Amino acid sequence: MDWIASLQGLVGGVMIGLSAVWLMATLGRIAGISGIVGSLVTTLPKGDSAWRVAFMMGLVSGPLLLMLLGGGLGNVADAPGVVVGQPAGGVGLMLIAGLLVGVGTGLGSGCTSGHGVCGLARLSPRSLVATVTFLACAIVTVYIVRHVIGGGA
Amino acid sequence: MKTLMGYISGLLFGLGLALAGMTDPARVLGFLDIFGAWDPTLMFVLGGAVVTTFIGYRFVFRQEQPLIGETFQLPTRQDFDARLIGGSALFGIGWGLSGYCPGPAIASIAGLTAPLFAMLVAMVTGWFLARAIPARS
Repeated sequence: MDWIASLQGLVGGVMIGLSAVWLMATLGRIAGISGIVGSLVTTLPKGDSAWRVAFMMGLVSGPLLLMLLGGGLGNVADAPGVVVGQPAGGVGLMLIAGLLVGVGTGLGSGCTSGHGVCGLARLSPRSLVATVTFLACAIVTVYIVRHVIGGGA
Repeated sequence: MKTLMGYISGLLFGLGLALAGMTDPARVLGFLDIFGAWDPTLMFVLGGAVVTTFIGYRFVFRQEQPLIGETFQLPTRQDFDARLIGGSALFGIGWGLSGYCPGPAIASIAGLTAPLFAMLVAMVTGWFLARAIPARS
């Protein structure tokens, strides 16, 4: 058990929660990334795009700010100080994964943030079903990749 | 003003993700690997985020309206349809293959690599595709 990582996780989680509360308090919006960015890139909603672009900028500048602050907070095991991690696979795998994530969050109207954080906090039954479903499918996928195909690697 | 509020929210979100280790796919996959050397970090992340949001929303929804927007824009649907369940299942598979959900994938643009770029392009393509798939009425 890595208590430092757990504590960082808890503090990071609380910050994500504060971000969601802030967005609801100020703009009355759910802080769901696939919703905010997805509708921005697919429909460019008139009068409703600038804050989405700004949100994305903020999202990208978060890890950068952390690096500037010393970067000792990085969570990458083999490269302390690096805040942004290494992708799990090559271009081919990531193309497939990205397509699944895009189609899936598009059809299911939400991802880890919209359903998993905001939806659960609103006690939404649809979000609970979505969260249980994607967590279960992700766990099964990792099991197959690591322990069935990969032989436990 | 709306733009500034959006930026602040995104910044908090990105900071939280990076601090929590969500931008490290290895850590995310370690959490999803419950049959291997399980890494519980993400449980703290999700727990902290959900509890904070739950408490915060209680206060926010006591107001008539948001500070800047006209109304709170909340989903109203209550039904469990094939799109919700099928979509979430596909998303889960993609998340398990890559270790990235949309937030961390976008937040990691600062450290852009070819695989991450591929993921982002495919993800946007997927969003367009999902819009083209008609909802069965």
